Amino acid sequence: MADTLGAGWALDWIKKTAAVVNAQREELTDLDRAIGDGDHGANLDRGFQAVLVKLDGATPATAGEVLKTVATTLISTVGGASGALYGTAFLRASKLGDSDLDAAGVVALLQAGVDGIVQRGKASVGEKTMVDAWTPALAAGNEAVAAGKSPAEVLDAMAVAAQEGAVATEPLVATKGRASYLGERSAGHRDPGAQSTAYVLRAAADAAAAA
Amino acid sequence: MKKLINDPEDVLSEFMRGFSIAHKDIVEYKTDPVHFHRAGGAVQGKTGLVSGGGSGHEPLGGGYVGAGMLDAVAPGAFFSSPTPDQILAATEAANGGAGVLHLVLNYTGDILNFEMAAELAAAEDIEVATVVIDDDVAVENSTWTAGRRGVAGAIAAMKMTGAATDLGYDLAKTAEVCTKINDSMGTMGLALTACTVPTAGKPSFDLGPDEIELGIGVHGEPGVKRVPMMQVDEIVDVLVDAVVKDLKFERGENVLLYINGLGATPLSEQYIMYNHAWDKLDALGVNVTRSQVGNYFTSLEMAGASVTIMRLDEELTKLYDAPVHTAGWRKGV
Repeated sequence: MADTLGAGWALDWIKKTAAVVNAQREELTDLDRAIGDGDHGANLDRGFQAVLVKLDGATPATAGEVLKTVATTLISTVGGASGALYGTAFLRASKLGDSDLDAAGVVALLQAGVDGIVQRGKASVGEKTMVDAWTPALAAGNEAVAAGKSPAEVLDAMAVAAQEGAVATEPLVATKGRASYLGERSAGHRDPGAQSTAYVLRAAADAAAAA
Repeated sequence: MKKLINDPEDVLSEFMRGFSIAHKDIVEYKTDPVHFHRAGGAVQGKTGLVSGGGSGHEPLGGGYVGAGMLDAVAPGAFFSSPTPDQILAATEAANGGAGVLHLVLNYTGDILNFEMAAELAAAEDIEVATVVIDDDVAVENSTWTAGRRGVAGAIAAMKMTGAATDLGYDLAKTAEVCTKINDSMGTMGLALTACTVPTAGKPSFDLGPDEIELGIGVHGEPGVKRVPMMQVDEIVDVLVDAVVKDLKFERGENVLLYINGLGATPLSEQYIMYNHAWDKLDALGVNVTRSQVGNYFTSLEMAGASVTIMRLDEELTKLYDAPVHTAGWRKGV
């Protein structure tokens, strides 16, 4: 496992994300059918497949370059709230990816992305959105950095916490996004954005473990 | 899934190309990024009017671009908001040098993408103002929801605001009258069936044979309440009462009564709804001075409809009566 992560890791992260989004497209769509409008899987899949085309044959020098391509492609292909939110997140994160990242650098990069999501979407913890997966993930990441863990270990801790955060959205009543129209009826379903966030972080961790 | 389509991934491009050829005298279709603008381009010196939203609501989209209505529109994928680059391209195409109003329906995705597009337009020195349409009285406006949705009333708002730009309203006055239109109306709808997004391949929600969704939106999302099927007059009672309660119409006021079909509901049933809604308003002493019945804002093949009631003063009546020449709505020309 590498001490620092760079362009190679970022490329692998995004390829693994595209693969998992494609494989889980139906699951994400079904989650969204229950409390949204049933397009989360299809939209994200369209976006990440477009990203793969853009990155095919590219030789980016830094993680930042990779993530900037991801951001602009997602912004112009996904649509919906998820396109704006993921696009903003990758754009903000890309600005902290100019040099190779140690464990603290990885968490700082993801923190910048989440700050973008919160600023754009104006959601906070407990409103049944992707913020409910990102927030515990960042907390776990900071804890792992303080414990002196490697970048791969830090990302693994974040991925685990994000998945737990996604599951923990199930009993919540949505107060942001389209699920909020359902009121109490949104309880009992997992938030699709929180689940896709967990997949994105799992892909980042798997790519780091292989780096 | 039984639909008149080829590959589900090609539905949008094939339908938009067909639409653009059929109506090339009115609209121009651009594919990179996807948007429609008036044939001949922006009207110099006129305030531009741009809207956008997911596809699947036809004729909303390219169908409302033309004289007396929108200058350009950015249609997204089915039920998904357009992307910022699409909205920026539509804004550029609508800019006749007098600024552009973004008429945005209140959905999180639309708000976020229009916000990003407005930032990009500002960087190009195009003056943009934004009015958010939220006529759906079914959703409570509170910190507990994303707020009232923009539904069928948005079409009337597009038409009337477009008329204002044709009459020479500047950007600030256009935004002001658009806000006034939004504040003057309320809508509530119901669905008898869900609909199927071609790329999803299955209905957007599950509804039993004897159930209806009250307070339905237009994106295939469930409504605010699921209830057993009722007779149409009872349904209309619920819808009209909700709108009247929200807008507090008073005896002697003039209104537009507008029934919108969601796609699969026959016009005959929409007129049955109109029939009872008119009686209810008449009983309240409210004068229905303008009427509109039909599929103006659909949700693919969803069965259902909504009732919109708009308070009309002299200005709004004049804007409603102005000529419009689009593929989806033509009168006075």
